[in-house]
Amino acid sequence: MELLVRYAEALGAERFVDVTNVAGVPGSWTPYLIDKYKDAGSSYDAIFSLYDLDSDEVVPIPQQTVVHSCQLQGGYDPKHPDVLGASPAAMDALRQGEEGAVDHGVEILKTCAPYLAGNVPAFGEHCAWMESSAVIYCNSVLGARTNVEGRESTSAAMLTGKVPDWGLHQMENRYGQHLIEVEFPVESIMDWGMLGYYAGQMVQEDIPVLSGRFSRPEVMRHKHFGAAAASSGGVELYHLAGVTPEAPTVEEAFGPKKPVRSFKYGAAERRAIYDDLNSTATDTNVDFVMLGCPHAALEQIEEACRLLDGRKISGNSDLWIFTSRAIRAEAEARGYEEVIKAAGGHLLTDTCPAIGQTVPPGTKVVALDSAKQTHYLPAIMGIQAWFGSTEDCVNAAITGRWDGKAP
Amino acid sequence: MTTREAKDATKIVLHGRKVVGGCAEGEALVTSQTISGWGGVNANDGTIVETRHELRGVSFAGKVLVFRGAKGSSGWSGTFHNARLRGTAPIAMLFNEMTTKVALGAVVMRIPSMTELDQDPLALIETGDWVKVDADNGVVEITKRSEH
Repeated sequence: MELLVRYAEALGAERFVDVTNVAGVPGSWTPYLIDKYKDAGSSYDAIFSLYDLDSDEVVPIPQQTVVHSCQLQGGYDPKHPDVLGASPAAMDALRQGEEGAVDHGVEILKTCAPYLAGNVPAFGEHCAWMESSAVIYCNSVLGARTNVEGRESTSAAMLTGKVPDWGLHQMENRYGQHLIEVEFPVESIMDWGMLGYYAGQMVQEDIPVLSGRFSRPEVMRHKHFGAAAASSGGVELYHLAGVTPEAPTVEEAFGPKKPVRSFKYGAAERRAIYDDLNSTATDTNVDFVMLGCPHAALEQIEEACRLLDGRKISGNSDLWIFTSRAIRAEAEARGYEEVIKAAGGHLLTDTCPAIGQTVPPGTKVVALDSAKQTHYLPAIMGIQAWFGSTEDCVNAAITGRWDGKAP
Repeated sequence: MTTREAKDATKIVLHGRKVVGGCAEGEALVTSQTISGWGGVNANDGTIVETRHELRGVSFAGKVLVFRGAKGSSGWSGTFHNARLRGTAPIAMLFNEMTTKVALGAVVMRIPSMTELDQDPLALIETGDWVKVDADNGVVEITKRSEH
C-alpha cells in the first residue's frame, strides 16, 4: 500500500478505487535485475518487493493475488530463443521470473492483447491495466475503466485490489473533448490504423469522438485504431459515435461538454498520415517483415496464410508473425503454423521486435502493417520502416522488395 | 547592496504543488515537448532517443528536467525507474501536465517533483539556468544562466 499512497499523493487523488482485474508484468526479469538484487537473494519476493513494488525492504509476497491478475507481454518466445537471438542468461531470467509469477497466482497470458486471449473485463468494471494499446481497448471498446498504469502500480494492485481513484475511473473524466469528422471512408484494417495515428496526433492525450463515414469495426480494426492513437498521441479512451458503448450518439459521447476543437479527416489528411508513416524509408529492398502488432488475432494469421498461398518468402527476407500463446495453440491446431514454416517464416509468441529489441541480424529495412510498430521500431532499432497493408507486407516478404502504394 | 543580495534580487520564484517531496538544485534541461519513456529514452545513459524529439541525443542525467509531460507507452515509470537504478535519472522534475505515467515515474525515481506552478515553467526556465526545487515547501527558485 505504501507505494500506492505515494502514487495517490503524487496524482492528488483523495481516495482509492477497488479494482477487480489487473494486467501487468510481474516476473518480467532480466539478467540485470537478477544481478542488481543479488545481495537480497534475487528471489521472487526480493525482486517483487524492491523493484516491482519499489519497497525499501523485502516483504513476504502472498502466494495468491487478491484479484484476477495476468501477465502481459515479455522479452522472448521461450520456444524460439534461437530465432530471436536470446542469450541463455536472458532466457533463464525470464523462465525464473515466469515460474515465480505462476507460483504467486498470476495468469501467464504473455500478450499485449489480453482481450484476445481470454481476459475480457465487463462494462463498467474498474481495472488496473498496463500496455497502452490494451488500456485504450479496455476503456473504449469494452467500457471498462482503467488509467494507463505502470509496472509498479499494477504489481501493488495485484496484492491490494486498489489504485488511486483518479482520471478515467471517474465518469466526469470520460466524456469526449474533441470531435473528428471522418469524411474519407474508412474500411480496411490499414485505414483504421491510419485514422488512429491521425487521431492521436490531433488530440494528443485527450479523448476524441469520431463521427462520419466508417462502417462498424470489429475487434481487429479497434485493435489497430487504438494502438495507433495511443502511440502517436497518448489517447487512453475514444468514442465512435453509434459504435462504442459510451457513445450511442455524438451528443451523448460529449455529455455535458462541448467539443473544444473539431477536425476533419479527408483525403489530404489520410495521404499525409500515409506519407508520415513512410517517412523513415527510402530503400525498397526489404530484409524483414513483421506482422502481429498488437498481437495477431486468429483471423489475421489465417489471412497471412492465405496471402502466402503456398509460396516461399525471399531468401533475402525474414517473416515473423507474433501472437499470444493461446492463439498460437489454435493456429497450430488449424495447421497455420505449418503453412508459415513451410513458407520460411516464423509464428512467434510473448513479445515483438520493439519489446524484445530484436530484429533479424543485419536488418536495415522492415515492412510493417502496424502504425504502432512503425512509430516505435525505427527509433528503437535504427532501421527504416515501410508501412502498408498486410498484403503489401506479405508480398514484400515473398519478393524481397517494397511495392506498397498509397491507398 | 552586496553581490549576494544583487544575485538574490534576480531570482525568479515560483510556487506550486508537491508531487514527490525533497529538495534538490542543479542545471535545468528544458523541453516544451512531451517525453516518451519506454521506446523514447535510453535508460543506460539517460538519453532521449525519440526520432523527432527536439532533445534527441541529449541526456537528462543529473539535470532538473523541465517538460510538458509524459506520453506514450505504459513503460514510462519502468524506464525511468531503470534510469534511477543506473544513476542516469534527473535530480528533480517540473512539469505542466499531470498523467498517471509521470506521477508514477516521479514516485519510483524518488526525486523532488512539482506541478501546477503559478507561472509557466516552460516560459521562464531555459536550459542551463540554475534551478532549486524545494518540493516540500512548494517553492522553485530560478537563477538565470547569465547570472550564476
